Amino acid sequence: MPALEELEEAFFHSLRDKNFQLQLTHLQKTYIGRPTPLYFAERLTEHLGGAKIYLKREDLAHTGAHKINNAVAQVLLAKMMGKKRVIAETGAGQHGVATATGAALFGLDCEIYMGTEDMERQVLNVFRMKLLGAKVTEVPTGSRTLKDAINEALRDWTSSVRTTHYVMGTVFGPHPFPVMVRHFQSVIGRETKRQILAAEGRLPDYLIACVGGGSNAMGLFYAFLADAVEMIGVEAGGKGIETGEHAARFAGGSIGVFQGCKSYLLQDNNGNVLGTHSVSAGLDYASIGPEHSFLKDSGRVRYAYATDDEALAAFELLSKTDGIIPALESAHALAEVGKRAPALSQNTLMVVNLSGRGDKDVQHVARIKGIKL
Amino acid sequence: MTGDPSLKKTKEIVLLFEECGADIVELGVPFSDPLADGPTIQRAAERALQNGTTLRTVLSFVSDLRQVTQIPLVLMTYFNPVFRYGTEDFISNARNAGIDGVIIPDLPPDEAGDFVRTSRSHGLDTIFLLAPTSTEKRIKRVTKASHGFIYYVAIAGITGANLLLDGSMEILIAHIRQYTENPIAVGFGVSTPDDAAHVAKLSDGVIIGSAIVKRLHENPDKLKDYLFSLRQAIT
Repeated sequence: MPALEELEEAFFHSLRDKNFQLQLTHLQKTYIGRPTPLYFAERLTEHLGGAKIYLKREDLAHTGAHKINNAVAQVLLAKMMGKKRVIAETGAGQHGVATATGAALFGLDCEIYMGTEDMERQVLNVFRMKLLGAKVTEVPTGSRTLKDAINEALRDWTSSVRTTHYVMGTVFGPHPFPVMVRHFQSVIGRETKRQILAAEGRLPDYLIACVGGGSNAMGLFYAFLADAVEMIGVEAGGKGIETGEHAARFAGGSIGVFQGCKSYLLQDNNGNVLGTHSVSAGLDYASIGPEHSFLKDSGRVRYAYATDDEALAAFELLSKTDGIIPALESAHALAEVGKRAPALSQNTLMVVNLSGRGDKDVQHVARIKGIKL
Repeated sequence: MTGDPSLKKTKEIVLLFEECGADIVELGVPFSDPLADGPTIQRAAERALQNGTTLRTVLSFVSDLRQVTQIPLVLMTYFNPVFRYGTEDFISNARNAGIDGVIIPDLPPDEAGDFVRTSRSHGLDTIFLLAPTSTEKRIKRVTKASHGFIYYVAIAGITGANLLLDGSMEILIAHIRQYTENPIAVGFGVSTPDDAAHVAKLSDGVIIGSAIVKRLHENPDKLKDYLFSLRQAIT
């Protein structure tokens, strides 16, 4: 608790700290590569034959996903708090790579916790983190995936809090993490708003984003919450809700208290957390950011899901129509676009958060298709 | 850990604790994601879950246990199983089953107002944790919300780590005493009879978890001797 209080104070201070803001803005521009483009996907639009589809190109941010927005900001904050070391959890490895990158940039020690199973699935990202100077620590307990990596990072933090900052990768966990990560990701929505107004002279009708923990979706949605814009978050439907092998917390979960917050959770009748499945490691998580639960229950945002097969089809579709290989996570959002866009008029504007690029998934997809590389 | 390796064995062990002079027995409820625990207790929880142990079976186990012993029993559980069970039902059923107090490491007193009030009205003690990193504000809040005893975490970290004997504990415990008349018991990191003797001089109680769970799993024949040696060290 004292660690969280210290962090809360530092975060709220940073919002008023000109020096912090200047440094962050400078890094966003010169290091992360912001603003990322808002791209009109003409061929995908033509192919689907309905709504006009724009892609917010977070895949073009440094390290290939939106994760860097939050990681660099938190590592900068850690540096200003006088911490010597940062730790983080990672599932697919994108947040681990982003944090290791931030740590290298600021010269801090870095340790990344990763489940044994994810380390096997994401060999390439493990090596990237090591190249960036991070120590990658295997988590062989529990389900040996993301949630266990978070448990282990939190355990580390309770014993290292004086010297160490925990860079939580999503809008989850105890306060102030959901608020802080949302704030650092909300640059996505602010840019999108400016860019769509410049391109179309009006706000979009739909915003669509995939939701694992929910940071890219929250980053896109937040600037539009007060506007008349429909928003859809897309969860991982895995092999189908009825099979039980999925990560659709809203479709198959109930409210629980887990890893420091109260939110929808995939759990059994005794309150133990259930195993999850998704073709995309970044969505393969048993709970969801508490603010998403609020937005769902208040009716402001609708939540759908896409199955593994639907996401894989969308992954290939965008590669062919527009020459963009999306991350499998983002492909879930694209699958939802594929279901909705054809029925909408050509005047309808739809913005999809292309949260990451698919390079990391190419080998995985080949394996699924039975292709030897 | 209740249900590791089996409920039958847990019952025998509780009775053994009583025979060896334990004053209070802490029963763990297995949870899928035990955040505050080190590897020893994590593995024990995994084994207990595999055996089908749940919060419900632990409560009925305690009812049975009450036929043969009246030793004070404290339940250590994470919050989600309690939340899922229904907080008020849990408090009243736990008390009826014969539980005397509860420790919920992931329920901070800041969020525990209703839980503490309802527990008090049922006569169930709520035991909260303080650590070397606790601030003045936190010490006040924790001592106010705690009943039965205060659980002082001897290390900043998780169960089963090594005890820090740098003299800071004396100062902090003396400081906490200004705010409470409840006994202060020290846990996390106490494993040898020497540790126990040292901690017993400074506090009102010594809590040993991982070291017992480890012996129970790896070397059950030596458990009794170990328990007696602990008891001798603190008398």
